[in-house]
Amino acid sequence: MTTVPGSQSRTSFWRHPTVRSVGVQLFMVIAVVWFVVFVTDNTINNMKARNLAPGFSFLNDTAGFDILQALIPYSRGSTYATAFVVGLLNTLLVAVLGIITATILGFLVGVMRLSRNWVIRSSATLYVEFVRNVPLLLQMFIWYKTVLKALPAPRDSLRYDDMFFLSNRGLMSPKPLFEPAALWTLAALTVGIIATFFITRWARKRQERTGEIFPAFLTSLGLIIALPIVVFSASGLPVRFEYPVLQGFNFVGGLAIIPEFMALYLALSIYTAAFISEIVRAGVLAVSHGQTEAAHALGLRHGPTLRLIIIPQAMRVIIPPLASQYLNLTKNSSLAVAIGYPDFVYTGGTILNQTGQAVTIVLIWMGVYLSLSLLTSSFMNWFNSRMKLVER
Amino acid sequence: MTQTRNNIAFVRTADAPLLPAPRNMTGVVGWMRENLFPTPLNALASVLIGGFLIWQIWGVIDWALVRGVFFGEDREACITPPREGVQPGACWAFIGAKFHQFIYGFYPFEERWRVDVLAVVFAGLLAALAVPRVPYKLYTGITFVFGLPILAEILLYGGTFGLAAVDTNKWGGLLLTMVVAVSGIVLSLPLGVLLALGRRSEMPIVRYFCIAFIEIWRGVPLITVLFMASIMLPLFLPQGMNTDKMLRIIIGVALFSSAYMAETVRGGLQAIPKGQYEAAKALGLGYWRMTLLIILPQALKIVIPGIVNTFISLFKDTTLVLVVGLFDFLGIIQAGAADQKWVSAETARSGYFVAALVYWAFCFSVSRYSIHMERRLATGHRR
Repeated sequence: MTTVPGSQSRTSFWRHPTVRSVGVQLFMVIAVVWFVVFVTDNTINNMKARNLAPGFSFLNDTAGFDILQALIPYSRGSTYATAFVVGLLNTLLVAVLGIITATILGFLVGVMRLSRNWVIRSSATLYVEFVRNVPLLLQMFIWYKTVLKALPAPRDSLRYDDMFFLSNRGLMSPKPLFEPAALWTLAALTVGIIATFFITRWARKRQERTGEIFPAFLTSLGLIIALPIVVFSASGLPVRFEYPVLQGFNFVGGLAIIPEFMALYLALSIYTAAFISEIVRAGVLAVSHGQTEAAHALGLRHGPTLRLIIIPQAMRVIIPPLASQYLNLTKNSSLAVAIGYPDFVYTGGTILNQTGQAVTIVLIWMGVYLSLSLLTSSFMNWFNSRMKLVER
Repeated sequence: MTQTRNNIAFVRTADAPLLPAPRNMTGVVGWMRENLFPTPLNALASVLIGGFLIWQIWGVIDWALVRGVFFGEDREACITPPREGVQPGACWAFIGAKFHQFIYGFYPFEERWRVDVLAVVFAGLLAALAVPRVPYKLYTGITFVFGLPILAEILLYGGTFGLAAVDTNKWGGLLLTMVVAVSGIVLSLPLGVLLALGRRSEMPIVRYFCIAFIEIWRGVPLITVLFMASIMLPLFLPQGMNTDKMLRIIIGVALFSSAYMAETVRGGLQAIPKGQYEAAKALGLGYWRMTLLIILPQALKIVIPGIVNTFISLFKDTTLVLVVGLFDFLGIIQAGAADQKWVSAETARSGYFVAALVYWAFCFSVSRYSIHMERRLATGHRR
């Protein structure tokens, strides 16, 4: 009787991979459940000791504080829930505008870094290396405290023709007030966008079938820009402007862009653009030079080569890291709290100070930012899958 | 024969002397033609951008050196015009007066030598780790990760060996920034490695837990994590158990950066060829021995630049702690600029200038080092 080496009888029960795996996972579940129970229990006890009611009921109470910038009707009498929504909209406003500006600036600088011109190239490098290595918060302070808040007071503001005023209270500009007839323009714009969508699709299909080129770009330009302008003029220019007027120490009327917003927007766009430009540069360099040479050999000129050959291929490399930069910008917009721009975290912080509902408010913050992140990343994943190389 | 001898056709027997390239293609002129003015549009861009840059750089020099105020006891020095009709420039007197505070915060004056000793030890260990030629990397690394925190605890907190205890609310300035950044990275490294291993685990519960943990931390802004650490964490603990605020912030920072670290390390783990795992298993190594002896040494070597980059962003992010009321380097400069004795527009500007310079110098040099290491380590792993 000889035992076979390595047979079941040799390995002890505890060394079996399945047993180990089940054991480890069971231990993990117990540890996590214990931790959650421990934390919840402590939190409930602590909140009781501080006379705080757990839950979301406080959101219906009256806020009683003012918010510097509100995109929806808001007053002291509004509820905490409304205040949260105002803050969230402010966050989204600065994030969307920041993403647009950072993308344009980032692409510009990225292309500049590849320029043959020494001055252009090195000024772009200087910009990137400086901006990337200085903390965003510090850049925000520099914009806010030493640039925007150092502007003259409203009385001595820098002005352009009684329409635009730049002072330490922000940028004042005329506020357009649309009359009901302006809805026709909006309708024309919608029609233009929808028509463009179908025309470009039709034009592409026809080109694939017959090879004939339809001037789709000019047509869509006409549909999206010219058509609304024609309708706008035809309906009798249904817009009035409300001009800002200096009264006492501040301006009345007009459209105010507060310095807090400008500082946050400038710092976010400039900071993120530096990172985007590096992504763009890497993306363009990732397209092999043979592609350019092949395009030239086929008789394409410089412009079409860039537009039809290089950029589509570079975009595949650019988009995934670009998405994470967009997420970073959105998350970084929460630094607004340091300069007092009423974003989601700032309004939440004010509510926290008033109600003491730390747990609920931190959970709301995290939940909202997580959902924003997931939304952005799923959209970018969808976009990425559309742009991906279709392999046969 | 004679005919050929009398042939007057010229046949060169030696190379012609090389002519120099046309003068407008070489030297400074050629370089400028090639790089600055290849086309009219390019020339215009060169002149405009170059002019703007020179104007800006001159502006900074004029502000910092020509009009700068180097000596003075209080704000009066920085608001009185040096000459008739000339605005005063940078207020270096303020920086000089507050310099020690920027470094040590409110750390007691007579105890500051402890910080200096720690800084020297830290710099020595770091240099030994960073310079490739110095031997005993493993032992230095272990001392750095395990020995240094203990030494820091003894020296900075005090309370033992006859050293006076210094409460953490007195810590500040560059000291606090370094403490938060370094302990954040040192704590997040092992945690990040565990999370990265867990994310690639074959056990579904472990894997999903790690994915959820990583994605939650990566999905929220650091500032909410800091608020959580400073106001929510005390609610989580049993009553009467009160932890230090700085400690809570460090825990928050470490958890936050461990998620980013995990993703960096995961990149390294994915770069290890499958054959390495199979070979280790074929040799009869179990999971932990395979991971510790075969996989991690290779994976961590690949991700050293990634870890350094995580550290740079963590270092920049430590400025956020001023929002929850700690006085880090930026926080203490800002607080100093708001001091009644010094407050003026130029004070704040000079303070931010110094802060930007310090952060920039630190991050730039570390990132250069990271690029250098990347080139050094790029051996045989690129496929």
